[in-house]
Amino acid sequence: MTITEQPPTPVDGSSSITANQLGRAQLIGVAVAAVVVGALSWASSGEPNWARWIIVSLVTYCVSIYIASRVVEGPRKGVDRLMLAVVTSAFVVVALPLVSLIWTVVERGLPRFDTEFFTETMRSVVGEGGGIYHAIIGTLIVTGLATLMSVPVGLFTAIYLAEYGHGTKLAKAIQSMVDVMTGIPSIVAGLFAYAMFELLFGPGTRSGLAGAVALTVLMTPVVVRSAEEMLRLVPNELREASYALGVPKWKTIVKVVLPTAIAGIITGVVLAIARVIGETAPLLVTAGLAQGVNWNPFDGRMTTLPVFTYYQYVQPGIPPEAGQDRAWTAALVLIIIVMVLFTAARILSSVLKPKGLR
Amino acid sequence: MTITEKPPGDDTFVSPTEQTSKFGDRVFSGISLGAGILILVALAAVALFLFVEAWPTFGADESEFDGSDTFVEYVAPLLFGTIWAAFLALLLALPLAVGVALFISHYAPKRLAVSFGYMVDLLAAIPSVVFGIWGIAVLAPILARSVYPWLEDNLGFLPFFAGPASTSGRTMMTAAVVLAVMILPIITAISREVFLQTPRLHEEASLALGATKWEMIRQAVIPYGRSGVISGAMLGLGRALGETMAVAIILSPADVITVNVISNQNPNTIASNIALKFPESSGVEVNRLIATGLVLFFVTFIVNALARRIANTGFSGADG
Repeated sequence: MTITEQPPTPVDGSSSITANQLGRAQLIGVAVAAVVVGALSWASSGEPNWARWIIVSLVTYCVSIYIASRVVEGPRKGVDRLMLAVVTSAFVVVALPLVSLIWTVVERGLPRFDTEFFTETMRSVVGEGGGIYHAIIGTLIVTGLATLMSVPVGLFTAIYLAEYGHGTKLAKAIQSMVDVMTGIPSIVAGLFAYAMFELLFGPGTRSGLAGAVALTVLMTPVVVRSAEEMLRLVPNELREASYALGVPKWKTIVKVVLPTAIAGIITGVVLAIARVIGETAPLLVTAGLAQGVNWNPFDGRMTTLPVFTYYQYVQPGIPPEAGQDRAWTAALVLIIIVMVLFTAARILSSVLKPKGLR
Repeated sequence: MTITEKPPGDDTFVSPTEQTSKFGDRVFSGISLGAGILILVALAAVALFLFVEAWPTFGADESEFDGSDTFVEYVAPLLFGTIWAAFLALLLALPLAVGVALFISHYAPKRLAVSFGYMVDLLAAIPSVVFGIWGIAVLAPILARSVYPWLEDNLGFLPFFAGPASTSGRTMMTAAVVLAVMILPIITAISREVFLQTPRLHEEASLALGATKWEMIRQAVIPYGRSGVISGAMLGLGRALGETMAVAIILSPADVITVNVISNQNPNTIASNIALKFPESSGVEVNRLIATGLVLFFVTFIVNALARRIANTGFSGADG
């Protein structure tokens, strides 16, 4: 590491070690010049264009630092500095859409972020007003059902893979099928649920339960993967100590292995929920869209938050502004939900470290 | 393990507690085995139900469809659009993702690296419908205003930028950029993971021989992480192939096969076509859409299987 660090530049700059190196002042000079060039690129048009400013500055900096370093420090050091600049630029370029997206959603979503939005439905709403109460209920029911179905199946499969079937052919088959399931496109999961309910209950069936089945297909493999990983982290000594005390295997799993791994398993489940709660496509084809609250997942269309967002944006009604405002606010609510789940998972995994592991 | 087993030939001395625990063991292992088999059954059911529902397409009278194409004629532009969009997205995302992964694993200060990694993971968690409306409302106008006209004027001799440039920005390129942003976190996460696994001794050996930091990365980190990056890219490709909502919202579709990425006439993707047409379809139309879904299923299956195979051959640089 030390090799890449600059030795402190002496005041007179005459030392033979630092003679052929760019000093800090020169580096800052190049950076400032690049930012000025970036600013000049939009100055002619009159209004600030942040994206162009940043991108032009980055490109200018990469080119000029390479030339400067090559002239002063030689080609090898020049490439080194160029790559540092390029890699850092890549990061800034990737941060741009994220910042822009969150900025846009917050800016356009805040005007409708009021009580009415959370307590009203879209029943007989034309133009202004209306809310997402029905969509929140729908999302809670569909995601809740999916969690209820996928967590037991996923957890027991993980127990089978980690504790019982280790190394058997069946376990390997299940593992590779879980991998295949992870890669199922969400819309295909939706089509599967639709096909299943159409064959069972006749054509054109839409219900919250079908949506939950689609989400279960997407969620189960995530739960299996994370739970299996957590179970494998439990030290074998704990199991052996339990067996040595005469505790049967199933009780060892329930009383020793699972409590040790529980924090990691919960984290995995929360992340899996965060993954499916924003799914739009499978719910579009299975649960559909309704204007009012539907408490019954077994019958009738049920609106969920992502589907609501989609329809409010592409079919905003007249005038379009009201619908699009609702879409942005719903998007803001979605992002907040996902962020809360995501942060909760992070906090859980760091606070509740597996007991017995250090 | 052995302690719960009865000693051989000792049947008469089985205590009641041991009996219940044996029973409990059998029930518990039965349940977990059942759950595992349920996964196999579920996957078989996915394939079976899709196949049963897709089947009527092939026997149906062609005049029942609007446009009366055969199934192959119908799915070809969609399949092309799916692969073309995913390929473009990968082309844009891969270099950036490797750059970001290197930045987080080797360049960023240690303490910041954690929160940068968190930021990239957050990008992965944002729902696709939000990416979609951001793409159409913010990105598309910017690209249509400042990038597409320039591409048409200066690079119009290439078939990709032949134009006429779209003024709404609802083009294949806008969709590809949004897809690239969406698959970037996957590739970054996997690349960062393998870059961090580079043996410390390889890195230090390289530095000790006088390599600059970049030379060290080229000699030690990149060869070690290559297969990890490739399998991450394939997983990203799989995600891009199946991505629905962002494309459905952004793209202005037409029934064409073209490599032109800046015009209003774009081949649609399979997933986006299903999302757009499904809610209004009925009868054989639904069966045909499900059949296209089956095609998508097989394409992503092949891509993901390839990714697994590459990942399982191990991180090749480790031995060399």
